[in-house]
Amino acid sequence: MISQFFILSSKGDPLIYKDFRGDSGGRDVAELFYRKLTGLPGDESPVVMHHEDRHFIHIRHSGLYLVATTSENISPFSLLELLSRLATLLGDYCGSLGEGTISRNVALVYELLDEVLDYGYVQTTSTEMLRNFIQTEAVVSKPFSLFDLSSVGLFGAETQQSKVAPSSAASRPVLSSRSDQSQKNEVFLDVVERLSVLIASNGSLLKVDVQGEIRLKSFLPSGSEMRIGLTEEFCVGKSELRGYGPGIRVDEVSFHSSVHLDEFESHRILHLQPPQGELTVMRYQLSDDLPSPLPFRLFPSVQWDRGSGRLQVYLKLRCDLPPKSQALNVRMHLPLPRGVLSLSQELSSPEQKAELGDGALRWDLPRVQGGSQLSGLFQMDVPGLPGPPSQGHSTSAPPLGLGPASLSFELPRHTCSGLQVRFLRLAFRPCSNANPHKWVRHLSHSDAYVIRI
Amino acid sequence: MPYLGSEDVVKELKKALCNPHIQADRLRYRNVIQRVIRMSKLDQWGQAEVLNFLLRYQPRSEEELFDILNLLDSFLKSSSPGVVMGATKLFLILAKQFPHVQTDVLVRVKGPLLAACSSESRELCFAALCHVRQILRSLPGHFSSHYKKFFCSYSEPHYIKLQKVEVLCELVNDENVQQVLEELRGYCTDVSADLAQAAIFAIGGIARTYTDQCVQILTELLGLRQEHITTVVVQTFRDLVWLCPQCTEAVCQALPGCEEIIQDGEGKQALIWLLGVHGERIPNAPYVFEDFVDNVKSETFPAVKMELLTALLRLFLSRPAECQDMLGRLLHYSIEEEKDMAVRDRGLFYYRLLLAGVEEVKRILCSPKSDPSLRLLEDQAEKPVNSWASDFNTLVPVYGKARWATICACQGTERRGPDLSNTASFATSGPLIPEENKERAQELPDSGALTLVPNHQLTAEYFEKTWLSLKVAHQQVVPWQGAVHPDTLQMALQVVNIQTIAVSKAGAQPWKAYLSAQEDTGCLFLTELLLEPESLEMQISVKQSEARPETLSSFISVLETVIGTIGDIKS
Repeated sequence: MISQFFILSSKGDPLIYKDFRGDSGGRDVAELFYRKLTGLPGDESPVVMHHEDRHFIHIRHSGLYLVATTSENISPFSLLELLSRLATLLGDYCGSLGEGTISRNVALVYELLDEVLDYGYVQTTSTEMLRNFIQTEAVVSKPFSLFDLSSVGLFGAETQQSKVAPSSAASRPVLSSRSDQSQKNEVFLDVVERLSVLIASNGSLLKVDVQGEIRLKSFLPSGSEMRIGLTEEFCVGKSELRGYGPGIRVDEVSFHSSVHLDEFESHRILHLQPPQGELTVMRYQLSDDLPSPLPFRLFPSVQWDRGSGRLQVYLKLRCDLPPKSQALNVRMHLPLPRGVLSLSQELSSPEQKAELGDGALRWDLPRVQGGSQLSGLFQMDVPGLPGPPSQGHSTSAPPLGLGPASLSFELPRHTCSGLQVRFLRLAFRPCSNANPHKWVRHLSHSDAYVIRI
Repeated sequence: MPYLGSEDVVKELKKALCNPHIQADRLRYRNVIQRVIRMSKLDQWGQAEVLNFLLRYQPRSEEELFDILNLLDSFLKSSSPGVVMGATKLFLILAKQFPHVQTDVLVRVKGPLLAACSSESRELCFAALCHVRQILRSLPGHFSSHYKKFFCSYSEPHYIKLQKVEVLCELVNDENVQQVLEELRGYCTDVSADLAQAAIFAIGGIARTYTDQCVQILTELLGLRQEHITTVVVQTFRDLVWLCPQCTEAVCQALPGCEEIIQDGEGKQALIWLLGVHGERIPNAPYVFEDFVDNVKSETFPAVKMELLTALLRLFLSRPAECQDMLGRLLHYSIEEEKDMAVRDRGLFYYRLLLAGVEEVKRILCSPKSDPSLRLLEDQAEKPVNSWASDFNTLVPVYGKARWATICACQGTERRGPDLSNTASFATSGPLIPEENKERAQELPDSGALTLVPNHQLTAEYFEKTWLSLKVAHQQVVPWQGAVHPDTLQMALQVVNIQTIAVSKAGAQPWKAYLSAQEDTGCLFLTELLLEPESLEMQISVKQSEARPETLSSFISVLETVIGTIGDIKS
């Protein structure tokens, strides 16, 4: 059980403070925590810290610090889970979690904390139960409007209103007052995958890892039944085989406890009655065996003249996605050796941008079409650079400090594992006001895509 | 009482845990516990609480134990990490007598732990990594096939990378050693010096088993001629030749050239030690020493100077002609000009040793050059699961054993503070305590009516006679941790004029001491201090030759203050 809970902004200003047990210190504990956090030596972990007789445990979420203190030796996993769940809950009630939304909704946050925790013990974090007790309304910064297309974000150039919702559509408060029936009933289903790849300097693939989640954000009244149908040939584990052909495979799957799996074995259908708010329906992971080729391959060639200190790096980036897909917001980060004096560049297309900053090269490509190849030639002067013992003048062995290239990108409408949601069906309700809107999107983004030079 | 889902659940638990009638009747208690376990409507917090309560339950028979484990089996597959870890801990503790069940549980929890290690939440990742390290101490091969999950990724914070490097070092086996070493070698040239050094130490750890490959990698790293890399590599070599003498030859060939690069104290010490002990195999060792000796005046680290003295003397024994002159100059400098007394003392000692003859020097300085048996001892230090099972799923693995011990020690002294001032009301509001302390401080001078006679001597026989004839006037306990240092205690008591008649040696179990003091009116105070083995308290029994309560209480407070002060100093 926890003694105190507080939320700090990214600069350490206390936004929320609540003391549950009254047994340790006062408000100054928040300042104490921030000082300790910023003064921590480099190799100690900030996740759990100790001061006098208190343990501080915290998570960072959307730039905020959510901190709990306790004087007992309790499970770190439970505590971290509680903090994450609180973050999600606050996001559900206030629309999104951020410094602005919290400061606007202080009363709501305190009310929530009162209901969720009693004397430091968790009472309930289920949105269902809490709904009955929370009276305060959330305050949003501006009224929500589906016509607000200025932030189209990930969905590309198609702007037909019926097909596209702006990326901020899901960020209004879920649990607004019961009288507000004019709000649209909507459901947002996201299949989000994180791709982690490590490629060695000779081009061989050292590690590939996909972590996927199916997230549901429901504005429908609680208890509405829904069925989510996944690809039928989707197999779990290395030995299962379904359908014909290679199929789609994941290594491990885990479900939220409220999902009924009776139809999962036969037809790969998930049946659930979700509460309002955010929920992670399914988590899966896949390693080492991607059905599709990797989205990006990099072919670097480095020429380094030790005598004059000129370093020339030619990078060819090839996108192996199918021709109709594209990658957005591609950014490559390449650490450079110390003492780089100047950079000259030749890029293969005008909308790219490359600049030097913080000892590294940043190459921005806003949009890369599947199957295309982009290249950039970078020349720099690096006098006095140490490196591997040279067997000649200009060697092709890279100098020290020319670090691994890391790519970050987003792949809309693409899942690396191949898993797709076939349908999302809601139970038939004859008295509903309007047909609920269903939004399904698939998205992959890079977690740590590293290519060694 | 935590809210666990519904009223009847709470009722059942209350019945089981609070009602002494039920607790007294084993059968009813068991029935209630069984009902608690079968409750299905708990949410994840309720489940975690129930698993926590069940830790205290002792199943009566093997059948009941396996019954419980079967019922709770589904918790191991829960989507909430808190519940999974809580269930794992419960299984590990309940199945204390069945190591194969424990191993089985640890196999089943591998999946969730690995998923947590790759989680988006960094904090969860860190907690999971600490637990993985805990498990690896008992089952080193457990995660070997999943070594790829522990490769560091570019964007991770530093503390996670350090944990992953440690894990990689511990899960090495024949199949993955090649890839793991490749990966660690990549980290050694990382931009961050800390990560590079941690990776090099990790390679040093792996080198105890896979010596040849690691020594080769370390030698290649020396070729880069980078300061932060070279110093750590030389330190690793120093540790390695002690445990694995077979690599000494390779190390000696790699050393020449390092002296130009190393700047920091630790690295220099390691290099000098290696040159001293294995100097006869390194051709240019005397020239390196020549450099050091010439610059000894500007050397800032006294530890380096001490190491230099020892190493040069060792080398002198094997290569006298080349080292004689240098040794002379070094000794002259240390004895005549050096300001650090430790260095000077060592120089003086070596000089006198030399005067005693070369045979003496050889006898003292020629120690074994390596101790391979130490490596075997360390390797066999695999801990059984039961030694850490009770720490699983608590904050202990997250802090690490060493830090947790210091935290406990700090908490011990703080709790002793309020005890000494005898405040009954603890900490709800801060301001109360300082005032009470002030009152207490004022009391002591007022009751300073007690003056103890200094230099009062009592023979042991007289003490024994008087002790046996008197009854105990006062008994109390004070909190105490660890062993007592009799000398410190004796000296402190001497300051307040309390004589120590007899005291057990430090570490004796049980530990006892007998003290006596005499007031200027002639009243004698005889005291026995008793520390039981594995106890957190010291018992004090005081006997007074004349019944005087007010002087008795003053004596007690003086004694308490002294004992409390010693306890504070020690920790």
